[in-house]
Amino acid sequence: MIELKNIYKAYKKVPVLKGVSLKMEKGGVYAVLGPNGSGKTTLMKCILGMVLPDRGEVFVGGESVIKKHSYRENIGYLPQIARFPDNLKVEELFKMISDLRGQKGNSEDLIQRFGLEKYLSYKLSSLSGGTRQKVNLVICFMFDAQYILLDEPTSGLDPVAMIALRKLIEEKKQEGKIIILTTHIMDVVEKMADEIIFLMEGKIYFQGDQEKLDELTGSEGVEASIAQLLLKEEKGKNDSSQKNGFRFKLNKVAL
Amino acid sequence: MKRILKYSFFDMIRSRWSIFYFLFFLITASSLLYMSNDSSRALASLMNIVIILCPLIGTLFGVMYYYNSRDFIELLLAQPIKRRDIFLGEYFGLAFSIVISFIAGITIPFIFYGFGGADTLVNFLTIVVAGSILTMAFLAISFLVAMKNSNKIKGFGLAIIIWLFMAIIYDGLFLMSLFIFEDYPLETFSLAMTVINPIDLCRTLVMLQLDISALLGYTGAVFNKFFGTSQGIIISLFFALLWVAGPVWTISWQCKAKDF
Ligand SMILES: Nc1ncnc2c1ncn2[C@@H]1O[C@H](COP(=O)(O)OP(=O)(O)OP(=O)(O)O)[C@@H](O)[C@H]1O
Ligand SMILES: [Mg+2]
Repeated sequence: MIELKNIYKAYKKVPVLKGVSLKMEKGGVYAVLGPNGSGKTTLMKCILGMVLPDRGEVFVGGESVIKKHSYRENIGYLPQIARFPDNLKVEELFKMISDLRGQKGNSEDLIQRFGLEKYLSYKLSSLSGGTRQKVNLVICFMFDAQYILLDEPTSGLDPVAMIALRKLIEEKKQEGKIIILTTHIMDVVEKMADEIIFLMEGKIYFQGDQEKLDELTGSEGVEASIAQLLLKEEKGKNDSSQKNGFRFKLNKVAL
Repeated sequence: MKRILKYSFFDMIRSRWSIFYFLFFLITASSLLYMSNDSSRALASLMNIVIILCPLIGTLFGVMYYYNSRDFIELLLAQPIKRRDIFLGEYFGLAFSIVISFIAGITIPFIFYGFGGADTLVNFLTIVVAGSILTMAFLAISFLVAMKNSNKIKGFGLAIIIWLFMAIIYDGLFLMSLFIFEDYPLETFSLAMTVINPIDLCRTLVMLQLDISALLGYTGAVFNKFFGTSQGIIISLFFALLWVAGPVWTISWQCKAKDF
C-alpha cells in the first residue's frame, strides 16, 4: 500500500503540489496524468524520498517513510531522464547496483526480453537513448520490487520494446504489485491503467477508473475525457481573466 | 558508506586526475631535490608550493568531482541507502584517493634521495600532514559549494573565490588591518585571524616545526610567543583538523535537506 497524506511541495516558493492526498491499496496499474509541469515527477520523487515534501506524510507498506531509506528495498524506480555514471559498462552497472542494494537481482531474463545481450560490454556513454531507457528498465525491474514507479517508461522505446514492456507490466500486475506510471500516451493508459489519477495545478482533479472518468466528462475514451477536463479548466481561466479585464475597464472609467 | 566509498575511491584512483596530481608532486619534489641538492632547502620550497597548491587543487577537484558524479548520486538516491552514507562515501572516496596520490608523489623522491637525518624526516612529515589536511579541507568546502549550487559556473566561481580569498586576499586584509590599528594590542585579534583561515594555520604549523622564524611572519610570531613552539604546533594542528571536520559535518547534514 502507498499512501500520501496532504502533501505540499514548493520549489523556491513556487508551489507545485498543493495538498495532494492519494491512496493506492490494491495491486494494479495506477496512471498519473497531467499536463507538463503539473508535478507528476515531483509526486513520484516524494514517494521515493528524493524530494522532501514541505508538509504532509508518505506511507509505504503502512510505514511512514519520510527521511527513511530502507523501504526503498521494495521500490523499483525508472527516472524520467536516464542518468548513469558514464565510465561504466552496462554489465558493471547491473553488478554495482546489486552490490549497493545488497540484493541479488535477476537481470538475465530482463536483458533477454529487451534484447540487451550485445550491449553488455558497451560503455554507458556510448548507448543510444532508447537503449539507455532499456538499461534503465532492467535496473527498475531486476529486484522484483513490490512497488514500481515508472516515470514516462515508454519514452524512446521502439514497438518491439514497447510490447515487451507491456507484457512485463501485465505480469507484475498479475503478481499483485503496485505499479505507478506517468505517461502522455493515452493509448498506454487505456490499455493498461486500472486507475487514473489526474493532477493539475498542484491538486488531484480526478481519481478513479476509466468508466468513472467517461461518466464524469460525458466523453468516450481517456484522450477525449482528459481533453474535456483540460478545456473546462482553460475556459474557467479565460472567464476569470475576462472578468478581470472587465473590472479593469470599469476601474478606468471610474478614474 | 563503505561500499560507496569503495566505488568512488577506485573510480577516482584510476582516473586522470589522481594520476595528474601524483605526477605533479613527483616531478616537483624530485626537481627541487636534485636542483638544490639539499633536502632541508628543498623542503622549504616544497612547503610554499604545498601551502598554495593543495588548497587550489582541492578546490578544483572538489567541484569537478561533485558535478561529474551528480548522475551517480541520483542513481544512488533511488536505492535503499542512507543519504549521509552516499555523500560521505563520495567525499571520502575522493579525498582518500587524492591524498594518497599527493603522499605517494611527494614521498617517492625523498625515499630515493634520502632524508638526511631525523629532523628532516619530521619536517617532511609535517609538510605531508599539512598538505593532506589542506587537501581534505578544501575538497570538503568545494564539495559543499557544488552541492549548494546546481549551476556549475556559479559553483566553480564561488569555490575559486573562496580559495583566492583564503590564499591571497586574506593575508593582504590582515596586514592592512594590522597597519591601520598598529596602536592597539593586536595579539588576540591576530590569533583569531590565523585560526579562521586554514591556509594560515597550516603555514604556521609547518613554519613552527621547520623553525624558520624569518618566514614566520607576524601571526606565526604571535603564535610562537603566545603558546611556545610545541603547544603552538598542537593548537594549530587541532584547529586545522577542525577545518576538515567542520565542512564534512556540514555536508552530512546539508545533504538531508536537498531535493533532487
Ligand atoms: N529541482 C527543481 N527545482 C526547481 N523547480 C523544479 C524542480 N523540479 C521540478 N521543478 C518545477 O516543478 C514543476 C513540476 O515539475 P515536474 O517535473 O514534477 O512536472 P511533471 O508533471 O513531471 O512534468 P512532465 O510532464 O513535463 O514530466 C515544474 O514547473 C518544474 O519546473
Ligand atoms: Mg515528469
